[in-house]
This record gives sequence, structure tokens and C-alpha cells, in this order.
Amino acid sequence: MTGTDSLPISIAGITKRYGDVYALDHVDLEVRSGEFLTLLGPSGSGKTTLLMALAGFTRPDSGSIRFGDREIVLTPPHRRDVGMVFQNYALFPHMSVAGNVGYPLRLRKVAKAEIAARVEQALETVKLAGYGERRVDQLSGGQKQRVALARAIVFRPRILLMDEPLSALDKQLREHMQIELRQLHERLGMTTVYVTHDQREALTMSDRIAVINHGRLMQLDAPRRIYDRPANRFVADFIGESTFLDVERDGDTVRFGGRPMAVGWMPEGDGPVQLLIRPERLALLTGEAPDGMNRFEGRVQAIVYQGDTALAYVALADGPEVALRAGTRTGTAFDRLARGDTVTLGLHRDDAVLVPVEGGGRR
Amino acid sequence: MRWLDRPAGDTQITHRQRLWLYALAGIIMVLLVAPTIIVIPMSFSASQYLEFPPRDWSLRWYEHYLGEPEWLAATATSLKAGLLTMLVATPIGTMAAYGLHVSGHWLARWLFILLITPMMVPVILIAIGVFYAFVQLRMVNTLFGLVVAHTILALPLVLIVVGAALKSYDFNQELAARSLGASRLKAFLTVTLPQIRFSVVTAALLAFLTSFDEVIVAMFVSGGDNSTLTRNMFNSLRDQIDPTIASISTIMIVVSSTALVLAQLFGRSKS
Amino acid sequence: MTAVDLEPNADDLRRQGDRERWAMLGLASPAVLTVLVIMVLPVGWLFYLSFIGESGGFSLENYGRMLESKAYGRIFWTTFEVSFLTTGICVLLGYPLAYFFAQLPRRAAAVCMLTVLLPFWTSLLVRTYAWLVLLQRKGLVNTWAIDLGLWDEPLALVHNMTGTLIGMVHIMLPFLVLPLYGAMKAISGDYVRAAANLGAGPTAAFWGVFFPLSLPGLFAGSLIVFVLCLGFFVTPAVLGGGRVIMVSMQITTNIELFFNWGAASALGVVLLAITLGILFAASRLLRLDAVLGGGH
Repeated sequence: MTGTDSLPISIAGITKRYGDVYALDHVDLEVRSGEFLTLLGPSGSGKTTLLMALAGFTRPDSGSIRFGDREIVLTPPHRRDVGMVFQNYALFPHMSVAGNVGYPLRLRKVAKAEIAARVEQALETVKLAGYGERRVDQLSGGQKQRVALARAIVFRPRILLMDEPLSALDKQLREHMQIELRQLHERLGMTTVYVTHDQREALTMSDRIAVINHGRLMQLDAPRRIYDRPANRFVADFIGESTFLDVERDGDTVRFGGRPMAVGWMPEGDGPVQLLIRPERLALLTGEAPDGMNRFEGRVQAIVYQGDTALAYVALADGPEVALRAGTRTGTAFDRLARGDTVTLGLHRDDAVLVPVEGGGRR
Repeated sequence: MRWLDRPAGDTQITHRQRLWLYALAGIIMVLLVAPTIIVIPMSFSASQYLEFPPRDWSLRWYEHYLGEPEWLAATATSLKAGLLTMLVATPIGTMAAYGLHVSGHWLARWLFILLITPMMVPVILIAIGVFYAFVQLRMVNTLFGLVVAHTILALPLVLIVVGAALKSYDFNQELAARSLGASRLKAFLTVTLPQIRFSVVTAALLAFLTSFDEVIVAMFVSGGDNSTLTRNMFNSLRDQIDPTIASISTIMIVVSSTALVLAQLFGRSKS
Repeated sequence: MTAVDLEPNADDLRRQGDRERWAMLGLASPAVLTVLVIMVLPVGWLFYLSFIGESGGFSLENYGRMLESKAYGRIFWTTFEVSFLTTGICVLLGYPLAYFFAQLPRRAAAVCMLTVLLPFWTSLLVRTYAWLVLLQRKGLVNTWAIDLGLWDEPLALVHNMTGTLIGMVHIMLPFLVLPLYGAMKAISGDYVRAAANLGAGPTAAFWGVFFPLSLPGLFAGSLIVFVLCLGFFVTPAVLGGGRVIMVSMQITTNIELFFNWGAASALGVVLLAITLGILFAASRLLRLDAVLGGGH
């Protein structure tokens, strides 16, 4: 099954309105050939609408979609040659596993013997060799997912679309399937557009993530940059845990509570900014702060134990409360923390990220 | 009899406290079924008067029925009308149910209401309206006229039964089929239809029975050679109690029970 | 420099979308055409006829006669009387029956349900005939009752209001029980359990919680029964023996005996207006779609 060609997707000015609400608001997006791109956003953000527009099930009001050089925005779904995996699998219950997987080949009038061979090969690819005769309702959730995937790739489409395919699985299986899907993608190499509202899933699997909100593209970047260098308040807020501190910016200097701060990154322009603080990037300081560490004084308000890690809520001297996350290993300074303790927190300059207050989310 | 004191519901009420309910329900169930069933043994009575239980058994009323060309012709007409109504109403009703279900047009809602009005308008009004129209079109006493008139009576049932099936059907399956390369028609035929087939069969059986059992429209627009069984039965009921009717009734009970059993069987294998 | 197209393909997409919506709507056209030509047009024509007098010109005499004539008044009175009584008796019998079904385990309920479905699927003419046979002077009911000593002389159970009501209730009961059962099944047992947990006894839990929750289903079922009764013909014609004249029977008489299309049409129009008026009023109280099980 290797060596499938892939195609780039070029989306330009896609707009879809429902009444006065823009589900998609002039979205431009280039998906590179062979990449795994995730559309990430809260429910109602327009990510599924965009995927459905790619599949041909939602007709946009205007815009252009190209698969390679081919404009397909007016092409009916069955002539687009894209594989699609649905949220609830959408397996046909009146057909066997092999019947399901062979369906696209039968439509393409592939010879019987070849269908059998290719079905078996596709089932092998998803690690379900020998399951062909099973009925669909005899399969577990994870197996159904694999069959849906086999069905979507058996006709060798050059583009694969997936709509929250793992959302119905329990946590362990979901995490396992994330890795497996990722490996499969590396083997098959087809351009993949994946929709999810689960940020961890997006960070785990994607080459690049397109964060979408209110029908608009908020940021398109590699997972690391999305997390470490969010382009606006919405992205910073939606992905990961975050606290925002009001800071003053004056040219290149940034002050918090009157004291200058070392920051690793700041957005262009001179609009108002906030300091983004992620709980796991804060350190509990004992003694002197190392170089490049910003210091905050505060008092512990509450400690929440969560098993592998724990959160300490610390009220800073200047008012706002921040959360500090650390492992629960016995004997550390964090482990000895108690409510009411006065603490010093450190934030490395590279972890001190400024985000613009304006933009993102609101129209 | 220990079960009597066990809790029967969510409030720990015991079966003993509920015996009156069971007795009442039992009586009502008997009253619902018995009158229909009791006709069957009566039809095998040898006597001029309908007795239960019959003192002597015979097939004379069946012989009487089979010996009367008029009854046989009427039976044939009813069966033909029923089958044709089924063959017309089921496909056009299913098409309409599908079209109205998937079309996002604002008209769809109103067309749906229009298509189920024949169920709400008093049948007598439809009957005389159709009669009047057929007089102008010289279609009175024709099988064709009877079938189109029965078709509009059957359409609401087809629309409701198939419409309900489409509503509970996971439409993503049809989308999946289309993403895999099937045109809309192909996707409907290979994926959607096989899954709503039980409802389509039920709708077809209901369409058949609607026509087969229909009296009022048939009274006006069927006649002569194309008189239906129900029309003839109704006319003879107004005159006197003819035991032949018992034998015909038995046959009709068998027909509708068969339809019911078929529907139940199809419904069962669905789950 | 050329202007940038801000709405690329917008026209083509709109056209394609419209075409598809109409194509899907078009699938309904055979059914819609049939209903328009075979029902709406003729009934519209009757509506027109009802305003045509003896002279052949526009006149309200067909409606005026209904207001003046005592006979017509009695017919409408009878129609409502039969409909009300039938609906009332159906509620009294149907509610306990539906409640009984709703309490049964699924499998047992399906079997018991057959006792409702069998009559539902059996020809109404056959069932009417069966009652005629059972209720006549020398019929089974009279014979057995006299044998058991319940009464001495054969009672007139048929060819009157009693017979009509018995037949009508038998035919209408499934129309009440089926929607009511559906509504009762949809009531979560948690409500009753919660009531019990809060201290309600079985009776209080039923009247305070279950009964009010089942009212929409009861209302829907009663509405169907009542509206169907208004237009009923076969059962009163056979079991009423000419003593129970309902509107639909008078319409038939007007046409078969007097060839008076105007009078028949006017009666039909009034009957339709009453039916639709009730349905409309009811639809304001509850969603009609839910009653009829269709719609979007």
C-alpha cells in the first residue's frame, strides 16, 4: 500500500453563511502535499463545516478549493476521490467487513479477484487481516474504526479526510490509535486533513495545526509553535492551561507590577499585550534565581492533587492568581508545600510569552 | 402465589394492589380481539343463523361465496386495487419522503403537510370530491380511478412510516457511500434503501390494506364489474345479516393477519 | 491590475445549490401532483359548488338551510355526541390498558400489543359486522346474558346509539392506545423513583408525576380519535340502523338520493372546517408533527 501519490489542497476564500452567522469566513488555507494537518477548534467553530466542504457535503457560498491543479468546488462528492472517515464510523451494517471495504472498489468496477486481494491488503494495513467475513456489529469500537479507515484508503485516494474519528473511543484506546494513525500516515503518505476538538490529540498527531474559531483561521503552525508561540489570546487560551497577566509594554521593555521582565518572544506592533503563563512552565524557586528567570512572590491558596501531577494556586503579591504544576514525587520542595506558605516562583525568559489582547475570537 | 406480594413497579406497589389493573386490562384485551376472532368459527356453522359455538359444522357459506361469481369478481377487484395501490403509493411515497427529508428547501415542510392531509380530511369529502371529478372524466367504475383515489389515502401512511425510518437512519452512511464513489442514486439504492427496507415493506403492506379495506371511496367510485369486496359487503350488511359475510370476513381476517405477521416478522429481524 | 474576485464561484455554487434543492423537492412531485389533482382540486370544486344555489348563481342558501333546519341541527348534535362519548369511553378504557402495557417487560408488552394491533390491521367493515352479529336480538351477547340470568328479555343492543358506541369504541381504541403507549414509554422511570424517594406513595407518585407527564400523549390520542369520529360513516351506518345519523351519512344521502351536490358540498365544507379548526387549535397547544409522527 505504500507509494500512494498525494496532492496538495489549496483553499481560497471559502465562505459559508447560515443566516447572519458565518460558519466559514473567507478561509484561506494551503495544505501541503503529504502532510498531516489538523483542524482544531471548539464546537461550532467551523472546522467540521470546512472538512465537509472539502468532501463535498457542504456547499460553500463562495470560494475555491483545489486538489492539486484541479478546481473541485463544484464537483459532486463521488467524483472527488477523497477517502473519508466519519465520527461514528458510518459502516454499512447490512454488509460484512469485506463488503464494506470492497464497496468503493465495486463502484469502480474493479475485477472480483483484485477486489478480494485489495480488501485483504487494506485490512492487513489496519491490522485486521482475516476479519473480512465478520459482521459489522460483531466488532469493537476500535475495530470498527480500523474498518472505516481501511474502507477509506482501499481505493487509494490521494487525500484522506477524518472527522473526529477517535472521539467515540475510550481514553486508552484513543491514545493508542493516535499513534497508530500517525504511523499509518507515515507509511501511506497521503495528504490528511483531520478534525478534532481535542488539543492533545492535535498536538500528538499533526505536522501542522490550523486553529479555527468563528469560521476564521486563528493560526496555522507546527504543534510546538502553536503551544509555545500562540499568535493571539484565543489560541493561547484554547490550547493548554493558561493564566494571563496584564503587563505594560514600552517599546522593547516589558514591565509587570513596575518591574522589568525578561521575555523570550513578543508579537509585532505596539498594541496591548498580556503575559501568558503555563502552569508547568513555572518553577518553585528555593534560594537565588538562576539567570534569565523572572521572579514572582506569592502565597499558596490551594493545592489540588491530580495523581501524576498536582496544581498549586498561588496568589501573586500584586493580586492575580496563577497556577503552578509539578510532579508529585515525594521529598521535593513542591511536595512539602502547604496552604498559606509564601513562595517564590520562577519563569524562564524563553517561557515568558506575550500575546496580543486584541484579535482572535471576536469579529 | 408469592409473586403477588413482590413489588410491581418503581414505587414498590405490589402486584396484589394492582390486580384490578391486570383484570381490567385482560377484559379489554379480550374485548378487542374476541369479536373479530369469534366470526371465524361462526363462518363454519351449518345453520341459517350464526351460532357460537356452532351446533353443526359445514362449509356451506364458503361454498355459497365461491359459487357466486359476483363475490369472486369483487374479491378479484379488491385484490387488484390493493396490489396496484401498493405498487403506486409505495414508490412515489418513498420518493417523496426521501426528497422532502434531504431537500433543505423551505417548501419541503409545507409539501409534507399537504401530503398527509388526506389523513385529516374526512374521507367522505374526498369520496364525493373524487366521485364528482370522475363523473366529469368518465372514470367512475374504472379500476384506474379506484387505484388513484386509494393512492392518495395510502400516501400519508407511506410518508409517515418511511419518513420516520429516514429520521432514525444514520445519514452519514449515505454520505460515506458518496465519498467512496457512489452517486446519490447509487448510494440510496445500495446503502439507504437496504436499511430502511423493513419500513418500506411495512408501508407497502399498509398501503395494500388501506385500499383492500376501504369502503367509502369504493362505494362511490367503484361499481359494476369493478365493484370491490368491501362495497358489496357493506351493501349486503345494510339489508340483512347474510352468513356468507362471515366466510368473507374470515378470509379478510386471514389476509390482514398475514400482513400483520409479515410486518412483525420484518420488524423483528431488524433488531 | 484586475480586481480580485472576493466571492469566487459564488454564482455557480448558488445555481448548483438551487438546482439540487429543487431536484430533491422534485422527487416529491408525483405524490404532490396526485394529491393536488385527485384531492385538492375536487374538494376545491365542491367548495365552489357549495356556494351555488338552485338558480345556478352565487348563493348562501346551502349554508342557510343548515342553520334553519332542525334536522341538520340534530345531525350535527348527534355527530358531536357520538364523537364525545366515543372519545370519553376510549380514554377510560385506553388509559389503563396503555398503562398496563407500559409497565410490562418489553417482550410481554410486544405480545400483548398484538391484541391492539390485530384489530388495528383488520378491516373495519369486518369488525363492524362482527359486532352486528354479536349484538343482534338473538346474538351471542343476548343469548349468553339470558342464559346467565343477567337479563330476561333480549335487549336492543344494536341498531341504536348503544350499538354504534360499542362499535366505534372498538374501532377507535387502538388509535388512542398506540400514541399513549408511546408517550408513556418515553417517561423515564427515574421521575417516579424520584417521587418515591421524596416520600410519595404509589398513588401520589402516579397522580402527581406520571399522570401529568402522560397527558400530552393522552391529549394527542384523544385528538386523533375525536377527529376521526367526526367523519365516521361505516360503523354508525351499520350499527346505528338508521337511528344514528351523522354528518357524513347525510352527505351520502344528499348525493345518492337527492343528487343535491350543493347541499352535500356545504355539509362537507362545514365538516372539514370543524375538523381543521380543531386540529389547528390543538396544534397551537402541542406540536402536531409529534402527533402525526412525521415532519421535520
